[in-house]
Amino acid sequence: MNWNWDVVDDFMPRFWDGVLVTLQALVLGSLLAFTLGLVWAIAQRSSKAWVRMPVTAVTEFIRNTPLLVQLFFLFYVVPEWGPAMSPLMTGVIGLGLHYSTYTAEVYRAGIDGVPKGQWEAATALSLPPVRTWTAVILPQAIRRVVPALGNYVIAMLKDSPLIAIIGAFEMLGEARAYGSETFRFLEPITVVGIAFIVIAYPASLLIRALERRLVR
Amino acid sequence: MTWGLWESYMLPGIWITIQVTVYSAALAAAVSFVVGILRSSPLWIVRFLSGAYFEIFRGASALVFMFWLFFALPIAFGWQLVPMWAGVLALGLTYGAYGSEVVRGALAAVSPAQREAGIALSFTRMQRLRRIELPQAWPEMVPPFNNLAIELLKGTALVSVISVADMTFAANLIRFTTNESAPIYTLLLVMYFVLAFLITRGMRLVERKAKAGIGQAPPPGGGLLGGLRRRTKTADPVTGTAGAGTPGGNQ
Repeated sequence: MNWNWDVVDDFMPRFWDGVLVTLQALVLGSLLAFTLGLVWAIAQRSSKAWVRMPVTAVTEFIRNTPLLVQLFFLFYVVPEWGPAMSPLMTGVIGLGLHYSTYTAEVYRAGIDGVPKGQWEAATALSLPPVRTWTAVILPQAIRRVVPALGNYVIAMLKDSPLIAIIGAFEMLGEARAYGSETFRFLEPITVVGIAFIVIAYPASLLIRALERRLVR
Repeated sequence: MTWGLWESYMLPGIWITIQVTVYSAALAAAVSFVVGILRSSPLWIVRFLSGAYFEIFRGASALVFMFWLFFALPIAFGWQLVPMWAGVLALGLTYGAYGSEVVRGALAAVSPAQREAGIALSFTRMQRLRRIELPQAWPEMVPPFNNLAIELLKGTALVSVISVADMTFAANLIRFTTNESAPIYTLLLVMYFVLAFLITRGMRLVERKAKAGIGQAPPPGGGLLGGLRRRTKTADPVTGTAGAGTPGGNQ
């Protein structure tokens, strides 16, 4: 065991840079996942088969294939016929898209949990579909699924080091770069590993508390 | 992509992916059962340690742990793992933690009267587990294990970054050689999807057998396009938290 605290001190400034990038990817990725997921969930309830079927097929495909390969696809294939994106941007889109297929299931369960009478009441008041969704169904559905969405944010946090592989300097990326410059891998990777547990554990406690408050 | 590339890179890669999946699934299953059972032990210290294992590995990132095993462990203790075993160990221990929650939840869902009957017949704790609780909890575990197995299969792509020559590694090599990224990555995604599909089919058979074993009706088939994942009430495979009670926690 040759642990050296000086190396830890030396790594710390870059670690905090990495934390910032991780949080950035996490916040932007979550926003994308929450929005896209809602779009998928509503599209999957559409009465038109040409909307419902392709969306179901695509989300099923994205959910059951590895995020890492999807990141490679976004990073190497998409620029061939689209805009070239920075590694972080690619990572945000990859994480957001991948997890949107999970949040879609969460929203679906939440929407299914809204009692049928609420839909009937909206029909009886002859609310247009947009008002039915925004004023009646979604406020009730989303309230119940907030803790489940939070769980996926934590899951996304644990998948965020994957964006280091396409070259984004988040926590693991910084540790890897530091390691290959100084040949010290033990300290930076250990620090990063502990950081993930230190962030994820209180976050999951917080979500359990939320769950008790919001879900009756 | 030519036949030569396919034969020399991709076919061995597929075999490596299958091997990594099977080995880490076996390790994860062993860990799930041991930790899941110990988490309801009467001894508080055993409960505490297995609970700590669950919380730590659920909070840890599989990729970071794999990197740690690959880069830091040799420096720290002088143990150099073969890359494939570093990958298998990281995946097995991480997904084993998620699986332990599945086992714990399914055991807790067995009706208390069953356990009490076992006590009344003066079964030992081991006998109760083996003869009464596990056989009844097992069919409940299969659908969440199916979802976890798909997550594990997706996780095996990570071993490519510690230079294990799996499908993803082979695809990267082929991209370097042919400089055509679109066909190869599309094909790679499709191959993972097909493997996930095969896992689901296999697990359906297991579930059918398990349900028949305790005299329950087989689950509805769902058809070919019924989706790969089973919606379960016991546990959420990605977050590892119990899903019961939260509508969204169901997968």
